[in-house]
Amino acid sequence: MTQFWKSMLKSPSGVIGLFILLLAISVAVFGPLLFPNSPWRMVQRPFLPPFTLSTVPLGTDALGRDVFAGMIFGARVSLLVGLVSTLVALVVGVPIGAMAGYFGGKVDDALMRFTEFFQTIPSFALAIVLVAILQPSIYSIVASIAVVSWPPVARLVRGEVLSLRTREYVQAAVVTGQSNTWIILREILPNALSPVIVLASLMVATAILLESSLSFLGLGDPNLISWGYMVGAGRTVIRQAWWITVFPGVAILISVLGLNLIGEGLNDALNPRLSREGR
Amino acid sequence: MSKRVLLGLVLACGLTASALAQEPKTGGVINAVIQPEPPGLMLAMIQNGPTQMVSGNIFEGLLRYSPKLEPQPELAESWSVSEDAKTYTFKLRKGVTWHDGKPFTAADVLFSVEMLKQTHARARNNLAQVDKVEAPDDYTVVFTLKQPFGPFLGIFEVGSMPMVPKHLYEGTDFKTNPYNNAPVGTGPFMFKEWQKGSFIRLVKNPNYYEKGKPYIDEIYWQIIPDAAARSVAYETGKVDVLPGGSVENFDVPRLSKLKDTCVTGAGWEFFSPLAWLWLNNRQGPLADKRVRQAIMYAIDRDFAKDVIWNGLGKVATGPSASTIKYYTDDVPKYPYDPAKAKALLKEAGYKGEKIRLLPLAYGETWQRWGEAVKQNLMDVGMNIETISTDVAGGNQKIGDWDYDIAFTYLYQYGDPALGVGRNYVSSAIAKGQVFNNVEGYTNPEIDKLFADGAVATPDSKRKEIYEKAQKILVEDVPVAWMLELQFPTITRCKVKNLITTGIGVNDGFKDAWLDK
Repeated sequence: MTQFWKSMLKSPSGVIGLFILLLAISVAVFGPLLFPNSPWRMVQRPFLPPFTLSTVPLGTDALGRDVFAGMIFGARVSLLVGLVSTLVALVVGVPIGAMAGYFGGKVDDALMRFTEFFQTIPSFALAIVLVAILQPSIYSIVASIAVVSWPPVARLVRGEVLSLRTREYVQAAVVTGQSNTWIILREILPNALSPVIVLASLMVATAILLESSLSFLGLGDPNLISWGYMVGAGRTVIRQAWWITVFPGVAILISVLGLNLIGEGLNDALNPRLSREGR
Repeated sequence: MSKRVLLGLVLACGLTASALAQEPKTGGVINAVIQPEPPGLMLAMIQNGPTQMVSGNIFEGLLRYSPKLEPQPELAESWSVSEDAKTYTFKLRKGVTWHDGKPFTAADVLFSVEMLKQTHARARNNLAQVDKVEAPDDYTVVFTLKQPFGPFLGIFEVGSMPMVPKHLYEGTDFKTNPYNNAPVGTGPFMFKEWQKGSFIRLVKNPNYYEKGKPYIDEIYWQIIPDAAARSVAYETGKVDVLPGGSVENFDVPRLSKLKDTCVTGAGWEFFSPLAWLWLNNRQGPLADKRVRQAIMYAIDRDFAKDVIWNGLGKVATGPSASTIKYYTDDVPKYPYDPAKAKALLKEAGYKGEKIRLLPLAYGETWQRWGEAVKQNLMDVGMNIETISTDVAGGNQKIGDWDYDIAFTYLYQYGDPALGVGRNYVSSAIAKGQVFNNVEGYTNPEIDKLFADGAVATPDSKRKEIYEKAQKILVEDVPVAWMLELQFPTITRCKVKNLITTGIGVNDGFKDAWLDK
């Protein structure tokens, strides 16, 4: 484990990414404590430009709501949606991939055709349809993002499991009569984990983007403020008030960039060949 | 003579000179936006907003209405009402021809009444009190009513009762008549061509009965689906007229500031769209009058007017818009007063039960308004959950009474008997509809007042009845009245005299002219 942190901290992208993620998480966790008021509250005159009043440092939107407060509360929603939907996607994707890879044959065929069924539909279009049918709420958004993002996980895990399945130590475990579940959980999955972790960090970034795109189209949870909602609501007045759109847009950009950097750092740190070279 | 008086004289002379300079000029082409593209132009069968706007210049009604909703002559030159208020005699204008050259006579009026009863739901309703229609000669039409009906002179507007050519429609299947696609009316403009998705072109009627009119040669109604593109089309000079509602509200101030741009909120008096919140009177906390009153106190309606509607419109005082007959503002008032709202909620024993709010899915303005109202209500301690749906989904929920608070706006048609009563009388409660009494308010006294008001004579009696009804309703708050909406019409200032009647652009090109 120390080895992992050492190589992680050695890669500059990993460090920057971690820093951004920690910053975003602390904003999401502690920010609302500093701003007890609801971000929906109309606090100043509308369309107040940024840096004119210290109480609303980033200006106000079309209704006079504090853009800075919106960004802080938005961080909570964006990160939460990103993390939870990725977790759900992993919970669905990993077992399906593992079973398909381990059992092979008809089980593999059935599970993979099922996975492909989801993969053939453009994921964003599917997400829109699901949210529209289920009615926009935080739950339907998390669910629809998870539904469109588990297939790659399943395919990745299946590939890893397929190659590990033929290794001697797995065969040995089979010969000693250990149960399939035990072999998958104890012998195979821990060794297939590194690429999944890397993929997961990128999935969080994709999920944040997906949530933002949905909110941008007006399919966000109407009771929660999110960065995508802010960009979408400000888009139409961008000629009069650029700041309503630009600040949350930058927040999306930075957090997605941060997660991608982390993914890169993780890839370097978890890749045995690369880390050996680094030593 | 003191200098000041002299200056005054000079100014006065200058003013008369410029007034003289405003003599209408003939000629020119006007490009206007029509949004959205109308489904058809046969006004007797289709009454969508855009259809009324284009076809109101092709067809005509017996009467026109001033911004104060006084009837003015159009195809009817004059009219008289009998002593018992049951017989209305219209003298038709002579020398009027259809666009194909055939003369317009009383026979066309009789036919139109019969046809509209089949094809036009609102006209059928308006004509329900009519016992018989007769034509003693070619230029006289007599309507005999079953009983006196106060708002009768208010039903002859072109969109409510357009005149249809008998010689082209009699004995045909109305729905498949080829003239539906190339409508023939008596109006100042004739239909010329319609390139679907692109533009509708109307040309001047050279044989129009009012000599010299219309002044404009051609109108192009441009069809531009995207709101931002419509604003740009105006800025780049592609169009000169943006009728109400064709651009988003927040673009209005920017466009208004452009050079040679004139903005007016006039021309909607006949429709007088009034926005309110349906409050579901049937169930939950909103069944309590005090909670409904608290909602009125809790919502900052001046903020909505000034910020969300850019200062356009007027805060509503009750069920009638101020442009509607018998309107009174001598009713209980509900200023923005969160403290009072909180007190009322406490008194009513409201304990934070969840209340569902349904905004109107008509675009940005309405979404922002939903957010502002939600925040207002949360501020006084109400637990509001916004449900987001599309237009169809929202209509379904409202029709199924599956909501607590829902946004809407409705036309009022000039008279409480035509547009107001329907929202509050218990006979207008029916599942599945999104108009009329959706809130489920029942009050026998109100039922009786509106029933009496429709047929009472003389006018002073009606006034008394409707003023009483307004007071009772405002006290009971069956729905939360928000704003009298104004949809600003934006035009190049060189377009003169476009809006002169209570329906504005809908029949405005008859008098409009271009200052070159």
